[in-house]
Amino acid sequence: MFKKTGIAALAALSISAGGALAAGGEGIIEDVAFSFEGPFGKFDEIQLQRGLKVYTQVCAACHGMQYVPLRTLGDEGGPHLPEDQVFAFSQQFEIYDADLDDFRAATPTDHFPGSQLETAPDLSLMAKKRAGFHGPYGTGLAQFFKGMGGAEYIYSLMVGYHDAPDCAPDDFDGAYNVAFTAGGYPEECRDEQGHPTVPGSWIAMGQPLWGDDVEYDDGTEATLEQQSEDVAAFLMWAAEPKMMARKQAGLTGVIFLTVLSVLLYLTNKRLWAPVKHRKDS
Amino acid sequence: MSGIPHDHYEPTSGGAKWLHSRLPIVGLLYDTLMIPTPKNLNWMWIWGIVLTFCLALQIVTGIILAMHYTPHVDLAFASVEHIMRNVNGGHFIRYLHMNGASLFFVAVYLHIFRGLYYGSYKAPREVTWIIGMLIYVLMMGTAFMGYVLPWGQMSFWGATVITGLFGAIPFVGDAIQTWLLGGPAVDNATLNRFFSLHYLLPFVIAALVALHIWAFHTTGNNNPTGVDVRRNSKAEAEKDTVPFWPYFVIKDLFALAVIMVVFFAVVGFMPNYLGHPDNYIEADALVTPAHIVPEWYFLPFYAILRAFTGDVWVVMFTSWITGGIIDAKFFGVIAMFGAIIVMALAPWLDTSSVRSGRYRPMFKWWFWLFAVNFVVLTWVGAMPAEGIYPYIALIGSAYWFGYFLVILPLLGVIEKPEAQPETIEEDFEAHYGQAQTPAE
Repeated sequence: MFKKTGIAALAALSISAGGALAAGGEGIIEDVAFSFEGPFGKFDEIQLQRGLKVYTQVCAACHGMQYVPLRTLGDEGGPHLPEDQVFAFSQQFEIYDADLDDFRAATPTDHFPGSQLETAPDLSLMAKKRAGFHGPYGTGLAQFFKGMGGAEYIYSLMVGYHDAPDCAPDDFDGAYNVAFTAGGYPEECRDEQGHPTVPGSWIAMGQPLWGDDVEYDDGTEATLEQQSEDVAAFLMWAAEPKMMARKQAGLTGVIFLTVLSVLLYLTNKRLWAPVKHRKDS
Repeated sequence: MSGIPHDHYEPTSGGAKWLHSRLPIVGLLYDTLMIPTPKNLNWMWIWGIVLTFCLALQIVTGIILAMHYTPHVDLAFASVEHIMRNVNGGHFIRYLHMNGASLFFVAVYLHIFRGLYYGSYKAPREVTWIIGMLIYVLMMGTAFMGYVLPWGQMSFWGATVITGLFGAIPFVGDAIQTWLLGGPAVDNATLNRFFSLHYLLPFVIAALVALHIWAFHTTGNNNPTGVDVRRNSKAEAEKDTVPFWPYFVIKDLFALAVIMVVFFAVVGFMPNYLGHPDNYIEADALVTPAHIVPEWYFLPFYAILRAFTGDVWVVMFTSWITGGIIDAKFFGVIAMFGAIIVMALAPWLDTSSVRSGRYRPMFKWWFWLFAVNFVVLTWVGAMPAEGIYPYIALIGSAYWFGYFLVILPLLGVIEKPEAQPETIEEDFEAHYGQAQTPAE
């Protein structure tokens, strides 16, 4: 997926092969205080709707979400669009229908279309499959205490485009991103051991968001950071659409089991009292 | 069933007598539940119930998942997403099953370490121990095959690496690996047979659990003192024991409920914490992940597997003396399986006549070092095999074998054990006797 993109970037940049997959200075991942973090965190419906707009108008030009059913856009705990809007939204996609042997407009029972470009990874699960950078030493403490996950990665990737570092030759093509670690490097940006000397790596995808790429219906200013946060939140929902139901079920379980534990503790205490204090002898 | 004297089931009503003379199943259940149990068992004796619960949880959630899962390389990954998005409650059932495996291994490791500390493996409980080790090995096989089923990147590459271990066997390795996989590489045939076996093995485990319980009900439970229950008369036995029902059933259920609070918090609030994110990428035979890491519960043995590289002198010596038949790779495989085998042989390697570690001043230190070493091996197994990590893994692996093959046999000879209580009753009274005011 991303690694394929990395390989593509490498080929495009005509860097000598070897170490392509192992390449990787640390990526710079910024912590974002998303509304859905923590045991009581919830998705922000309006934010998901804004993120959907960014996804549709920018990301969907190349990427797809083949596992996400369109009807789930109307689900509670998601963007929660009204039924007629879900239908209207679905109609904009042309999908291939094997029964008709032809293309037709999508309906809410269909899924989002897959990726339009061979090299663009599917985004259905991107927020879950990129949750693995959390450290330190792979302990996941950043994830545990700061709630950092794949949504932070997507945000950091969107805002992580920078001018190429000084070590790169002037005629060296391609986009450079401080959050992306699976791409290639020019020889000049490696030390003697071949380790990269700069954070992130080069990336095949050109900078997708710049600010004011979409016009938000709720009047929110469409800055680069705002759009990045919104689309990251939307993709988190796309990857984990039942998150709110899951947390609710977990909380119910915790509460009931705590009560049960207290009752069993008292039962156990009373049951053992005669044995321990020898009241019976 | 138990050798400890106690009341047996007597059918009273006509119907009960009728059934009892034809199938004494009520009597069997009664004897199992009412088994006299040492009354000084501490909180480390709760893991058996937790494990039984885990097995039931995994079987029930697993059967439901199997109703919606498709074991085919083109459909498996999508069918898991189908469970996560379209099946009512499917997302929660899957997360219960996924994290249920982790709880299962947390419990089994604590259960095993309980046995190692209190000498539960020693005579006359060797058979219980051996059956327990068989259960543990089957659990690992089942968990490994279950992890392959979602057909993510770690599923695929984990399967490739682990089945590759069999390929390291001299002469016949490649043939065995091909036979196991059902083809030259991990593919549809592999996925299908892993699904089939992942469904079958839990029931084999259930049968072994019945034998495990039967075995220790025959010998009676061990206990923190390691001192035997007095069994000359029923009255004497009753001073050392209480019936399993209701005393330990309620105690164990209380412990289980507390553990379930934590378990539901993990499933509800951070269900992917223990998993590898790469497994949300569909399997791709053309893209190798940067680090192939097994599930956390395999990490100590993964560390041992990787510890014995070609530049370790033991490996070089073995390779030289066997004319290269045992190379570094095969040596690692032998070490990994050997680590479990030496643990299974603990009843015969431990020469001490004292059962419980509580009365063994030197053993205690070695044991806790062994426990810490286990945690270190788990950690180092997750680290890349470069820099300082291979050395840590090698020291940890050496200690693992040293503990079973050198320390346990030697300690029995050189150690001077402390005084043990005469009876379980004496130990229990020391804790809960008249000295303690019944204020609570």
